[in-house]
Amino acid sequence: MVDLILSIYEIPIINILVKIIAILVPLLLTVAYFTYFERKIIGYMQVRIGPNRVGPRGWLQPIADAMKLMFKEIIFPSGANKILFTIAPTLTIATALAAWAVIPFGAEMVLADLNVALLYILAMTSVGVYGVILAGWSSNSKYAIMSTLRTAAQVVSYEIAMGFALVGVVMAARSLNIGDIVAGQSGSIWGWYMWPLLPLFVIYFISGVAETNRAPFDVAEGESEIVAGFHVEYSGILFAIFFLAEYANMILISIMAALLFMGGWLSPFQGVEFLGLGSSFLAGSSIVWLLSKTAIFMFLFLWFRATFPRYRYDQIMRLGWKVFIPITIVWIYVIGIMYYAELAPWFIKG
Amino acid sequence: MKQLTQFFNSLFLAELFKGLSVTGRYLFKKKITVQYPEEKTPQSYRFRGLHAQRRYANGEERCIACKLCEAICPALAISIESEEREDGSRRTKSYDIDLTKCIFCGFCEESCPVDAIVETRIFEYHGEEKSDLYMTKEKLLAVGDKYEEQIAADRAEDASYR
Repeated sequence: MVDLILSIYEIPIINILVKIIAILVPLLLTVAYFTYFERKIIGYMQVRIGPNRVGPRGWLQPIADAMKLMFKEIIFPSGANKILFTIAPTLTIATALAAWAVIPFGAEMVLADLNVALLYILAMTSVGVYGVILAGWSSNSKYAIMSTLRTAAQVVSYEIAMGFALVGVVMAARSLNIGDIVAGQSGSIWGWYMWPLLPLFVIYFISGVAETNRAPFDVAEGESEIVAGFHVEYSGILFAIFFLAEYANMILISIMAALLFMGGWLSPFQGVEFLGLGSSFLAGSSIVWLLSKTAIFMFLFLWFRATFPRYRYDQIMRLGWKVFIPITIVWIYVIGIMYYAELAPWFIKG
Repeated sequence: MKQLTQFFNSLFLAELFKGLSVTGRYLFKKKITVQYPEEKTPQSYRFRGLHAQRRYANGEERCIACKLCEAICPALAISIESEEREDGSRRTKSYDIDLTKCIFCGFCEESCPVDAIVETRIFEYHGEEKSDLYMTKEKLLAVGDKYEEQIAADRAEDASYR
């Protein structure tokens, strides 16, 4: 029996499917509980308790939300383009999930070990904006199209700053393969790229927040002025899919920040001889480190949302074009100088 | 110089970190949520909730149909019809308060010379149709009879301030 299962597992397509499921199921569960923690943490920061009625301490709240959305009727607005109206959320979720194919969870734990993984992720997150544009346009609603215009312009602007920030990482690592980028940061906590690339690191994360249309850059949703944004006409499971995609993208930005700037699965105690830590399991690389670093960034998303008021639209554009892009370009030159000076431990010619 | 400080402050996101530290501190503060059905906030004896009509100890209804409450009601929620009872006293034939109009200002209670119409502490009531929220004389008297003890205690506590 065991042999049979093993032999089935050896079939390439089954093997890949199992790996996909092993990535997607935990991802979707994380998304579900991310919404729960979002409500809890924002509640706590506002001196409230947050959801605590469904199940013990509200643990079943995301399940209840999902069930409710699944059984709700999907309403097509009159005059809406039905085909595009259904394709839009599908496009959003497909790209949001497809980007996860190249994310490594450990030195060997990767579904597709692509040499151009970084470009692939940038491409996938860019295509996601088409889902938003289609959703806004096919809804036949003025609020939805307003939000779509805002989102499209915002995402495209911040993609440039984000792309430049990643250029810095690529310059430092001399590779587009995420596994190689993480390997390039090994040695000790000082080997992480967040130190020489600190401005790019900050800009990458802030651009990531802007790209996923999260507070304080959530003019796409701007409840107070354009109702709910591009998904204002959506209901039921189609609406849920947009949220799924948004949260999957947030987690993607977080895990990318952890991988590219904070050494991914490398331990912060690596190379530390203090208290005998150097040899203990704490110093070893493991997925636990990657996930806890990702959790820090995920928490930052929520912390930002609880803290900052929404940017005005022209200020968002000004920040993207007149602040972030110049800083990234300047820092790319600085990296060039650091590279020329062979600044250890990051820029050793090898 | 001032501009330069401002430039570096905004470049290093000084104000944003200040904001984050505030919300960060509040994350660990004691939560002030009152979990309503299980926990309740304290109520004043002057609380203005559901209306009631009171009776004297001998069972005689207090209302003398002077219609002061009807006159003062800013929402025109009260409508009264009066008649002469067999014993010759002036009494209400009907006394209706439309709770969907009422703004719970308490003027009716203030204007009443015989403390007949009062507002109780009750706020947890509902109506499944509009007529459920149309309080007739019978309903008002029933509320008064049921909660007379509480109503009397609240009036007694407030008496020294009047």
